[in-house]
Amino acid sequence: MATNIFIVIIVTSLATYLSRFLGVVSSEKIKETSKIFRWFNCLAYSTLAALIARIVIFPSGSLSEVDYLTRLIVVFLSLTIFYLTKKNLVYPTLFSAIILSIISSYL
Amino acid sequence: MINTKYFLKGFKSIKGVGSPAIALGASFVAIGALLKNLGFSIQESIFSTFLTYALPGSLVMAESMLIGASLINIFIAVWLVNARLYPMTVALMPLLMHENQPRWKYYLSCHFIAVSSWLIMKDNYENIEKENRIDFWIGIGTATWSVAIFSTIIGYVASDFLNKDMLIGLAIVNPIYFICMMIGAMKTIQISLSVVLGAILGPIFYFLSPEWCILFGGFIAGSIAYYAGERNGN
Repeated sequence: MATNIFIVIIVTSLATYLSRFLGVVSSEKIKETSKIFRWFNCLAYSTLAALIARIVIFPSGSLSEVDYLTRLIVVFLSLTIFYLTKKNLVYPTLFSAIILSIISSYL
Repeated sequence: MINTKYFLKGFKSIKGVGSPAIALGASFVAIGALLKNLGFSIQESIFSTFLTYALPGSLVMAESMLIGASLINIFIAVWLVNARLYPMTVALMPLLMHENQPRWKYYLSCHFIAVSSWLIMKDNYENIEKENRIDFWIGIGTATWSVAIFSTIIGYVASDFLNKDMLIGLAIVNPIYFICMMIGAMKTIQISLSVVLGAILGPIFYFLSPEWCILFGGFIAGSIAYYAGERNGN
């Protein structure tokens, strides 16, 4: 396996760069005032939202070791802090990490 | 070649109350620790973040290696999870295109497209004249990318000190950051509907296909939001 790591990294990065590269190729012909641009704008935000919702609801890796309800409560509390601190992003993110570590060490 | 004033202006986006540094840092620290446990050397870990710089892709790579997937399967799995970068690029680059700027800047700097840098750029591009946006973007990209690489190193070195509970804490930071950023971006009917419908349809489609749920759910949610927005003045 050890000798393959290098190739795996290259394959992963090519698979990732492909979408970025094709995106620039398509962008050459798309005007920012066009309808197709607005459509892609919607698609970008919706796929991002789908990705993040999936990570929170059906996580893989370490997050899956915390139960569903705990994750939702932490998300809800962090959002409350986000609004209470007038949309500061530092406090809710720090809070979420600390509170979830504490909760998971007691469960 | 690159306008330093705008580059630095973009680079400084990692400071302040909207900073992505904590979220990015937390998740790449976790990646560094994960890669170490997978048997990567420190050079390989740095190289991985340097070249890929997309978190879900690196996670899929790690999972695929654990189950001993073939190279072609790794390619397909990573491509699927990172295909969202295509609509993201198309929704960003037309805003940065300018005839006075060389093409290579666009093809190189598209490597910096990741959720955090993208959301920051979307939030700030209107304050920058079109001709200088690409240099501003390269600044944002270089800054966020550097944080990611630096954090990978920290995570790799610190992996022995990170227990399971700390890793769980690190894993929630990025989703929280993204949720807050997306809610902050909900300023038009189209974007608001896209975010809300995407967050609902993505998990629903998970029951049909875990691999395709993000793309299917996102495509349908985004298209509905687009039509609803066009009929109601965006």
